[in-house]
Amino acid sequence: MTYLFDGSLEGLLCAVFEWFERKPGKVQLKTSIHYLPDAFNVPFDVVNDRKKADRVWKGLQSRLPAAWLRKFYATFLSELPGAFQHLFEFACYVFSNPAGAETNYGNEHVLKLSQTATMVEREKHRMEAFIRFRQLADGIFYCGIDPDFNVLPLLVNHFKNRYADQKWIIYDLRRHYGFVYDLTKVEELHLAPEGEKNLKKPGTARMSDKEEEYAALWKNYFNSTNIPARKNTRLHQRHVPKRYWKYLTEKI
Amino acid sequence: MTERIRKKLNILADAAKYDVSCSSSGSSRKNDNKGLGDAHASGICHTYTEDGRCVSLLKILLTNHCIFDCAYCVSRASNDIERAAFTIEEAVSLTINFYRRNYIEGLFLSSGIFKDADFTMERLVRVVKKLRLEERFNGYIHLKTIPGASEELVREAGMYADRMSINLEMPTEAGLKLLAPEKTHADVIKPLAYVQNQILQFSEERSLIKSVPDFVPAGQSTQMVIGATAETDKDIMQTADKFYREFSLKRVYYSGYVPVSSDNRLPLIGTQPPLIRENRLYQTDWLMRFYGFHINELLNDANPHLDIDIDPKLSWALRNLQFFPVDINVAAHSMIIRVPGIGIGSANKIIAARKFGRLRIDQLKKIGVAYNRAQYFIRCADSPYQLKAYQHTQIKSFILAESESKYAKLGTAQLTMF
Repeated sequence: MTYLFDGSLEGLLCAVFEWFERKPGKVQLKTSIHYLPDAFNVPFDVVNDRKKADRVWKGLQSRLPAAWLRKFYATFLSELPGAFQHLFEFACYVFSNPAGAETNYGNEHVLKLSQTATMVEREKHRMEAFIRFRQLADGIFYCGIDPDFNVLPLLVNHFKNRYADQKWIIYDLRRHYGFVYDLTKVEELHLAPEGEKNLKKPGTARMSDKEEEYAALWKNYFNSTNIPARKNTRLHQRHVPKRYWKYLTEKI
Repeated sequence: MTERIRKKLNILADAAKYDVSCSSSGSSRKNDNKGLGDAHASGICHTYTEDGRCVSLLKILLTNHCIFDCAYCVSRASNDIERAAFTIEEAVSLTINFYRRNYIEGLFLSSGIFKDADFTMERLVRVVKKLRLEERFNGYIHLKTIPGASEELVREAGMYADRMSINLEMPTEAGLKLLAPEKTHADVIKPLAYVQNQILQFSEERSLIKSVPDFVPAGQSTQMVIGATAETDKDIMQTADKFYREFSLKRVYYSGYVPVSSDNRLPLIGTQPPLIRENRLYQTDWLMRFYGFHINELLNDANPHLDIDIDPKLSWALRNLQFFPVDINVAAHSMIIRVPGIGIGSANKIIAARKFGRLRIDQLKKIGVAYNRAQYFIRCADSPYQLKAYQHTQIKSFILAESESKYAKLGTAQLTMF
């Protein structure tokens, strides 16, 4: 049996609801855009319904501790192939077993969720570390990112608390959305392609005049704080994999 | 203007880099005044230098002028190097502007001793005070306690800093006497004890009155230089253990000595820093703090040095095969974490998962156990039946044969003769 859904969290939760309504046995969960019809299967279309999704989420809330709800959400944000299937099976497993089932790390879905969530949280933490703001001429601090997973929603609180007195924009260039903070609230931001291009390569004219100075000072600091006698390139690259170098002022 | 600051930054960051303390964790300071900065409980490493050490704080000296002449230190009075000093405004503005760009978690401020201890400490306090009060900065501040500074100044510093530290420098009194005749461990112990006392007092008061301010919320740490003098690993770790116990330190750092002096009491310039030894000491430190090992189990008169080729947990296990094999499906948590190849995370998962059924090898591997290493020390649901018990030398050679040391490429400091 194949369930088709739209790839949203709401759709995923509805799929869980529909499964318990029908109990069709083993189910393959697929997103409609990635589905190729075949001759032997009639897929079941999951229709999004806010009420059903809310009921399932409430059910999860009553069965899982907050840390596990976070893992569930983080796994959803991973966008990995197979993550949807694991989330679906995990939810079914939790609902069909007594409370505490989420601690059964012998179960492949429980373990997979725990591991995927760790990967997503690691990426989130890396973004907290590797984001480098540049001050634009109008005083706004900007950074464009390109994270492996869709971690931007998890970052907002951190930056809102930390930079409460400065305006900032963090924009996910791969997923084409971002957040902007205007000293009071954080709002989602969608830019037209030209706007994105401008953000990607802001010319020096758009930069605050102090920007280059501090970037140069930072590079200097980074070089002076290194101890050449202890050089360990392997360790360095393990901590800062090359794909993140494009963010780093000190590495450009 | 910028050029001058750039030069100062180069000199003063270069002089501060031998202090390895880098953590920015453990503080609970909140951005509740709509200012700049917010502590992150686990700290954030914003970048890593090419030697693989993390950069989370702007680590600088306020000045590298120093009246002391400690042989191991690059800023010693007799060393012919460029000297510089930041003004308070410069240090503050650098911190704020780096922080705003998310380069750093905060400031690590130390200083050479100019004039006297109180004068130096007072300047350090003025920097942190300006950051906290004028700039409304809530990021992390790690401040050095200057030995010999007055208690009033140290207390005032503690009101604004997140962490304070003061370095033991040498693991033994004898080593310190040799290289820095003007210093003693007692100079370090006094302020450490004073700050510790104040931390306790403040937290007691806070349990009664909620509004009592934080005092050094991320605790204290210290550092020892390794390999400059001839201490054994046992001496080093016993000193560390004593300081952990007596002053509830958050961290003891071990800094492999990087030769910066041609003094004949010290290793020659160009000698490779003892990186592997440093790593083994940190492993021992972790085993003591998180794995329930007592120092005497790991280092004692029969084994005053840690093995270089295997880690201290494995070497303990090989010396104590009578405790193994451990049955994963019944053993206590405290015993499971003692198995080489099983960490705290895997142990927690094992304890949770085994309530649902006896665990098998494939499950252990998926959970994250380093099975190649752990297999000689555990039994689980489908462990193969084994007739003969291996000797510890055999197990060691099996494990070494299939693992490649990450240090293999770095080369050894000294050739063995036999």
